Amino acid sequence: MKILIVDDFSTMRRIIKNLLRDLGFTNTDEADDGNTALPMLRSGKYDFLVTDWNMPGMSGLDLLKAVRADENLKTLPVLMVTAEAKRDQIVAAAQAGVNGYVVKPFTAAVLKEKIEKIFERIQ
Amino acid sequence: MSENDKNQQGLDPEITEKLRSQAAELVEQVNAGEYGRAMTLINDLSEVRDQSLYREVGRLTRSLHEAIRNFQIDPRNAEQSEALSKMTDASDRLEYVVQMTGKAANRTMDLVEEAMPRASAIRDEAAELRDEWQRLRRREMAPEEFRELYARIDTFFVSLNADAGAMYENLSEILLAQDFQDLTGQVIQKVTTLVKEVEEHLLSLVVMASHVDQITGTVHELEEKDKVSAEQGVGPQIKAQEREDVVSGQDDVDDLLSSLGF
Repeated sequence: MKILIVDDFSTMRRIIKNLLRDLGFTNTDEADDGNTALPMLRSGKYDFLVTDWNMPGMSGLDLLKAVRADENLKTLPVLMVTAEAKRDQIVAAAQAGVNGYVVKPFTAAVLKEKIEKIFERIQ
Repeated sequence: MSENDKNQQGLDPEITEKLRSQAAELVEQVNAGEYGRAMTLINDLSEVRDQSLYREVGRLTRSLHEAIRNFQIDPRNAEQSEALSKMTDASDRLEYVVQMTGKAANRTMDLVEEAMPRASAIRDEAAELRDEWQRLRRREMAPEEFRELYARIDTFFVSLNADAGAMYENLSEILLAQDFQDLTGQVIQKVTTLVKEVEEHLLSLVVMASHVDQITGTVHELEEKDKVSAEQGVGPQIKAQEREDVVSGQDDVDDLLSSLGF
C-alpha cells in the first residue's frame, strides 16, 4: 500500500505520516501542493491519496478534480484532511468525488476510522 | 468616545460657524454685485472645508504613528531581544511566530519519533518475557531454557532502565519545547492590539470621509468586489459554533456527508 500525503505544511505532513505508520502504512511519500503531487501520482502507482485543501499553487479540490478527470487515476481513493469547514465546501468536495473528509483539528481515532471506512467500501 | 460622537454628529463647531458666517457674506456680496469678492469667499469656503479634513487626517496620522511606535515586545533574554529588535514591522513578527511554532513542532516530533521505537521495543520484549515467565510458572520450561530466560531478563532490566531514562529525558525536553507559547503569545497579542488600533483609526477616517462626501455632495460608484472563491480554500473558520454555514466538528461533517448519501 503506497500512500501520497499532500499538505503545504511539513509539520502536518509529518503528523499524518506518523499516524499512518501507526496504522501500519509505512510506504508514504510527500508533496507540498497539487502541482507537485499530480506528476507524482501519474508516475508513482499510488494506492491512496491524503490531501489538504488550502495550498498555494494547486489546491486540494483542484487536485481531486484532476485525479477524477485522469483516465488512469480516476478510481484512486482520496481522503481530504483539511481546516476548510464550510458546508458548501464539503458538498463541493463530495460532488467532486472525495472518498472521505476529515476536518482539522482531528484525532488519530478519526483518521483511522475514515481510512478503514474507505478501504471497506473499496473491497 | 467623544471624538467619535463629534465625527458622527458632523463637523467641528468652529468650522460650521465659519461656514455659516462666510456663506452669509457670500450671499451679501453676490446681491451687492461684488463678484470678485464673492469668488474669493468661495475659495475661502472650500479652504474651510479642506481645513477640517487636513486637521483630522493629521491627528489620525499622528495616532497611527504612535500606535506603531508603541508596538514593543518585552524580550526575556539577550538572544530574544536581539531577534525582536531586528523586526520592525508586524508581518516580520508574525513570520517569527510561524518560525518558532514550526521549530517547536519539529523539535517535539523529533523527540517523539526517537522515543516511540524505544517504547515499542520495551512493549514487545515485555510481552515475550511475560509469556516465557508464564511457561516457567506452569513448569513447562526445561532447565536449559530457564538459563536463557534468566540471562534475557537480566539484559531486559538493564535496557529497561536505560530506555525509560532516555524516554523521561525526551518527555522533559518536549515540555521545554512548549516555551515558544510565551513569546509567540506576546507577539500575537501585540499585533492584535496594533490591528485593533489601526482599525479604529481607519474607521474614524472613513466616518470623516463620509462627512466630507456629504458636504461636497460626492457620490462614489463602488464596484462590487469579487467574492473570495471557496474553491481555493479559505482556511480555518473562527467561531464555527455561532455560524450556520460552517460545520463545528467531525460529527457535523459526517452528518452532512451521510445526508448526501455517503
